[in-house]
Amino acid sequence: MAQSSQAADGLASIPALLQRNVAEFGHKAAYREKEFGIWQSWTWKQAAEEIDKLALGLINLGVDEGDFIAIIGRNRPHFYWSMIAAQSVGAVPVPVYQDAAAEEMAYVLDHCGARFVVAEDQEQVDKVIEVQDQLHQFEHMIYLDPKGLRKYDHARLHEFKHIQEQGHAARDEFTRELERRRAKLGYGDTCVMLYTSGTTGKPKGVVLSNRNVIESAKNSAAFDNLGPNEEVLAYLPMAWVGDFIFSIGQACWCGFCVNCPESPDTMMIDLREIGPTYYFAPPRVFETQLTNVMIRMEDAGRVKKWLFDTFMAHARSVGPDLLDGKPVGLWDRLKYMVGDLVIYSPLKNTLGLSRVRVGYTAGEAIGPEIFDFYRSLGINLKQLYGQTEATVFITVQPDGEVRSDTVGVPAPGVELKIADNGEVYYRSPGVFEEYYKNAESTADTKDPEGWVATGDAGFIEPESGHLRIIDRAKDVGKLSDGSLFAPKYVENKLKFYPNILEAVVFGNEREKCMAFINIDLSAVGNWAERNNISYSSYQELAGHPKVMEMVQGHVEEANTSIAEDSMLSGCQVHRFLILHKELDADDGEITRTGKVRRRIVEDKYNDLITALYDGSTEVSTTTEVTYEDGRKGAISATLEIRDAAVVPVTPQKVAAE
Amino acid sequence: MNQMTEQSYVTEDGRTIGGTLMEMRNISLRFGGVKAITDISFDIREGEIRAIIGPNGAGKSSMLNVISGFYVPQEGEVWFRGEKRPPMRPFEVARQGIARTFQNIALFEGMTVLDNVMTGRLNHMTTGLFSQAIWKGKAEAEELQNREVAEKTIDFLEIQHIRKTPVSRLPYGLKKRVELARALAAQPSLLLLDEPMAGMNVEEKEDMSRFILDVNDEFGTTIALIEHDMGVVMDLSDRVVVMDYGKKIGDGSPDEVRNNQAVIDAYLGVAHD
Repeated sequence: MAQSSQAADGLASIPALLQRNVAEFGHKAAYREKEFGIWQSWTWKQAAEEIDKLALGLINLGVDEGDFIAIIGRNRPHFYWSMIAAQSVGAVPVPVYQDAAAEEMAYVLDHCGARFVVAEDQEQVDKVIEVQDQLHQFEHMIYLDPKGLRKYDHARLHEFKHIQEQGHAARDEFTRELERRRAKLGYGDTCVMLYTSGTTGKPKGVVLSNRNVIESAKNSAAFDNLGPNEEVLAYLPMAWVGDFIFSIGQACWCGFCVNCPESPDTMMIDLREIGPTYYFAPPRVFETQLTNVMIRMEDAGRVKKWLFDTFMAHARSVGPDLLDGKPVGLWDRLKYMVGDLVIYSPLKNTLGLSRVRVGYTAGEAIGPEIFDFYRSLGINLKQLYGQTEATVFITVQPDGEVRSDTVGVPAPGVELKIADNGEVYYRSPGVFEEYYKNAESTADTKDPEGWVATGDAGFIEPESGHLRIIDRAKDVGKLSDGSLFAPKYVENKLKFYPNILEAVVFGNEREKCMAFINIDLSAVGNWAERNNISYSSYQELAGHPKVMEMVQGHVEEANTSIAEDSMLSGCQVHRFLILHKELDADDGEITRTGKVRRRIVEDKYNDLITALYDGSTEVSTTTEVTYEDGRKGAISATLEIRDAAVVPVTPQKVAAE
Repeated sequence: MNQMTEQSYVTEDGRTIGGTLMEMRNISLRFGGVKAITDISFDIREGEIRAIIGPNGAGKSSMLNVISGFYVPQEGEVWFRGEKRPPMRPFEVARQGIARTFQNIALFEGMTVLDNVMTGRLNHMTTGLFSQAIWKGKAEAEELQNREVAEKTIDFLEIQHIRKTPVSRLPYGLKKRVELARALAAQPSLLLLDEPMAGMNVEEKEDMSRFILDVNDEFGTTIALIEHDMGVVMDLSDRVVVMDYGKKIGDGSPDEVRNNQAVIDAYLGVAHD
């Protein structure tokens, strides 16, 4: 696999890679999906036939080169085919978050001017119909699941299967046209357009070319020795760049198999059945899995619990070293082998991670405890740092150099530089082409030499060459005494406690730091059950004095740990409250990928912030909430505010790294 | 809408309602001296959602039990598909294509969801105990066919994630859905639902309503349901029978029933003589 910037062997597009895969691995499974309780599979040859039929059907429907085709649905082979079929006919696929509310969807569909939409089911079709009056360019919609749609007006609505049948029937007429369009696709052509979830402002359409996608897939596959025999489980949103790279870019480049779960709720069961060899999950998924394991171990019998505790302690001490190939004594090795037999293997099997050869987590910082837990079991979990604009990869951790507090070394082909204000810049073959219809933002983000601002502040550790991210560059501020304020750093420390789901820390240009806390209902709920604390709602549990006490303990522990970092010791949390509702994407408080929208939270809960700073011990508030179907309601509550002990530190000037 | 016509018609939302599927003629049911049902007549037409409502103790469940063959009325006739039905045991009624759910869930608690749903296929199995035990040839093919129907039902009701979970471990709302799945797996022509939404929260009720409408829409299944929640009934059903103290006090479209003085009195609790 040559590392050239020119397309090797004419493989300049995803449809071209598909054809190569048909020739090379035609009878190997390319896609699997569990349906009606059985794993259905398609070989590369069958998948290519399905895609051809669909592509012909799209031409038949009137899709022109350069059109945008929005794709709205959960991970299913049919939607991956839709993307490749769209590319085959010269159109641009635009995957859209399927849990977006109709209004959010309207913005994206209108902004890209999608003429065609491929939607999963009645729910998505209804959403598009609801907003179609705002969409001037929208013409036809194709749906996959006909349930409940039979009596809809089908003038502009088509069943996926019918489009394929029509395409197949018109193969004599359109095959030549399809081949002409497919042959034209080059490295510079647009491969996909992905909307960033947007922690600030409206989503932006990131245009990625075939060069971006194929080069990134090629480099990253070589970095981790990915081959045609990998198995992945595609369960992360299709609109997210990571899924596009793993399930389309790398899958087509390497020729490995993409497995789609039966439904979002069955993901854990399907994971166990498939046993992926290459696995990606955001920290939240690992956290939830670990929380579940711990909750179940609390309920386990005494012998089991003893075995678990004993061997997990051993795994923590030697597991990571074994994984990194460092020297470990014979006795410890033997003990680890016994542990593997009784605890580690069965546990990995239960988690569905028995076969994982390369596992990644990214998106947010992962708690060291959580990270070490998986690594000590012998799972090669690593971190990577990436962005949509970089076609995912900026830095990755090579095997044997894995730590929880860094995000690794520059990925192959990536150059890094740190600006004077600490912001991280990169340049790579994966750097995006532009923000669609937004030249201003493009110019702000990408300079003429191709350097892209990440928006994150960080530094490169001199001894290891690894990148460490501190926080979002624009969130890094100063406390009123001039010491550094990095909210994310503190929030992550807090979030590493299983009982704390989310934390938002304030303090920029203020004297002290204050925090909002969201408790984790499953962890705290289980704790409440074991301690005979009864509650009827999230709100009631969140306000329980014992819960307050427990969270106070966590905050104070976190303060102790923050105080040890001389640069950030000013960021200790002086006062906190537990919010009466979970921060929710439907209310716009977090993004669909689960990142806190700091400014929105600040505005919305302004009264609470005031109360934190004016020294009151409780505060009454009413908050508007949005339900999943878009209706609004309100909840009101009286929240207790508590002081947390802080470790006194003498302010000291530290030279910036 | 004229109840007496036998002609099929198309509803506002585009469903076709056919001729009479079942007719109850002058049904009276007594338990000793207690009159549970007194001289009630109504019909159920093919493809419609027919509700039976009434205050507590009105005789709704008794009525459903008459339809499903659990009770044999002392007087009156049950006509099904244009034929008078002789007194039948419940399993014979089930064989005719009538399936039901129960007010207080009657699932096999120790079995998985899938196994429970598979029991709904029992009437479609013809091979004997012996060949099923050996599980070769015909028995195997038959089980696979039935499993497919069961799986499609599971998919339809979106309970894939609990397929292998024992029913005893499920929360109430899901158990209700599993019970519906079992009834649906029988591919009935008439589906009887006894208080499908009792004890559910608003969200579960909305889900269940959606499923009931989808079942009716997708498979054309005729549905007769008993329900307490007036709002739900009025939204769901095409026609409503109202019972009070074992008597029929109203029958017609939701709007007609809503404006019926006898019905209003029954629900607001006017003193009875």
